[in-house]
Amino acid sequence: MEKRVTFSKWTIGILFAVPQLILIFTFFYWPAGQAVYWSLTLQQPWGGGNIWVGLDNFRSILANPDYWRSVSASLVFAGISTGLAMFIALVLAALTDRQLAGSWLYRVVLIWPYGIAAPALALAFRFILAPEAGFLSVVNQMWPGIWDPGLDGTDAMASIIVAFSWKYVGYNFIFFLAAFQAIPRSLIEAAAMDGSGVIRRFWDIQFPLITPTIFFLLVINITESFQDSFGIVDIMTSGGPANATNLMVYKIYSDGFKGLDYSGAAAQSIILMLLIILLTIFQFRFLERRVHYR
Amino acid sequence: MVERTPFLNFFTHLILFAGFVFCIAPFVIVTIAASHNLKDVNDVPMSLLPGSDFWINIKTAWVTADLGPKLLNSFIVAGGTAIGKVIVSALTAFSIVYFRFPGRMLMFWLIFITLMLPLEVRIVPTYAVVANVLEPYQAIMDVTGLSWLIEKISGVQVSLSLGLLNSYSGLILPLVATATGTFLYRQFFLTVPDELTEAARMDGAGPLRFFIDILLPLSRNNMAALGTIMFLWAWNQYLWPLLITTDQSHAMAVTELKQLIPNVGGSPEWHIAMAGTLIVMLPPMILVVLMQRWFVRGLIATEK
Repeated sequence: MEKRVTFSKWTIGILFAVPQLILIFTFFYWPAGQAVYWSLTLQQPWGGGNIWVGLDNFRSILANPDYWRSVSASLVFAGISTGLAMFIALVLAALTDRQLAGSWLYRVVLIWPYGIAAPALALAFRFILAPEAGFLSVVNQMWPGIWDPGLDGTDAMASIIVAFSWKYVGYNFIFFLAAFQAIPRSLIEAAAMDGSGVIRRFWDIQFPLITPTIFFLLVINITESFQDSFGIVDIMTSGGPANATNLMVYKIYSDGFKGLDYSGAAAQSIILMLLIILLTIFQFRFLERRVHYR
Repeated sequence: MVERTPFLNFFTHLILFAGFVFCIAPFVIVTIAASHNLKDVNDVPMSLLPGSDFWINIKTAWVTADLGPKLLNSFIVAGGTAIGKVIVSALTAFSIVYFRFPGRMLMFWLIFITLMLPLEVRIVPTYAVVANVLEPYQAIMDVTGLSWLIEKISGVQVSLSLGLLNSYSGLILPLVATATGTFLYRQFFLTVPDELTEAARMDGAGPLRFFIDILLPLSRNNMAALGTIMFLWAWNQYLWPLLITTDQSHAMAVTELKQLIPNVGGSPEWHIAMAGTLIVMLPPMILVVLMQRWFVRGLIATEK
């Protein structure tokens, strides 16, 4: 879509865009280029600039079993938390959309979790799920040692999944509810006239009409699980125990800033960037489809 | 409601109520835990009747994590990011929508691509840039031979250096440097009728006058939505402030939470930790509740 009427003095027009261009050049394109450069070079330990090593950094990362463990932990985290957050939000939104008495309350409250900072909710969940205090500790009284996120990798993974899903249920709920409410009531009423029940109407009318939203949220949830997980991991588990929750972004941070391995961290960043770009391209294919629905 | 479905309605209420409890429970538990004393908070299971130490704990958390100045920092950074975003995005969108200049599409895509890569994944090099924000320009001058030329002519060696670590601008600027808001404005500007522009031009208004007197007042709703979203987003940032605020004077409230985690060996002061959590999550909560309409609209419109 283009404007028919525009202003002719386009030199002024460019001036309007200058602040943003300077910002994205300095804080986006330069660092992104720098990351590519670092990933292809190796910083010499005693100074004296970087030496060109080609794809060696990538090779050594891809040959490192630690890295693959981090990738698979990220994928498990992304898969389970996206599934949980989307499924719960879908059910809640579909039910809220039935507009029974009191549904305004759910419409207001179910959004709240998304406003909370990931580290704050992580600290709250760390207490709730703590093995010796809080709430889940009750199971340890009955069966001692059955739950300990500090020692057991699976428990730790479960903890960060619960915390992340809790936040993103609120986010997904907003989008699902908007999608449901965009479906014309007349469609639903016509189907009801024809004798289809609530469940039938959901599968045959509402669900197909919200598939674009589902695809959109799927991609957003997966990409967010790569980034927004940092605060949760750092507060709840610090990547442990035994690297069980050392997700990709957390590994970049710890390798780059704690291990001071800039080249390795940059190469990992590049891989993660490519992954996210792929997901985004995938999303745009579906976004185009989405236009056809309207 | 289309037909009478008493059973289904009952289950709808049941499930929705379960969802409600699921959403609200962590808030309630945090608040109750913040009101217990050291012994009660570590009882298994913790008593759900509030204790009497609420204000003492809040005060202790406030002092331990030094939350006063940290909250102020958070307000400055979140407010600065929101304002910066609202202004810069409006300017850029105006330029993209209302002018035809060579390279316009290229510029559009250059800005659009920034939506793809969040700060978290390019964190290491961005940190290096903020450590010396003029480094890109120095490098360009070195490569193009410009600094050599200046040195020959004036005898002055060019070394640009401006560190933004531990400063508000270092915290704010990289957060402003994405395209989120630009597209919100762009979509809105495209819906503004052309007749308005024509009428304004007829009356002799230039681009600047049109922008300030007509477009900006029209986009008030957009500004509220974008401002709310960006304030929350900046307030909730964690990794970025953690990296670039090495001294305490510019630390933000969210990053201070780490100080409150009870040590493994020490006494489990969960009541203080929960009081701190409550303080840190309260301002965004209030904003979400007050600005709910704008929050929802902004989220859906920016589609992050």
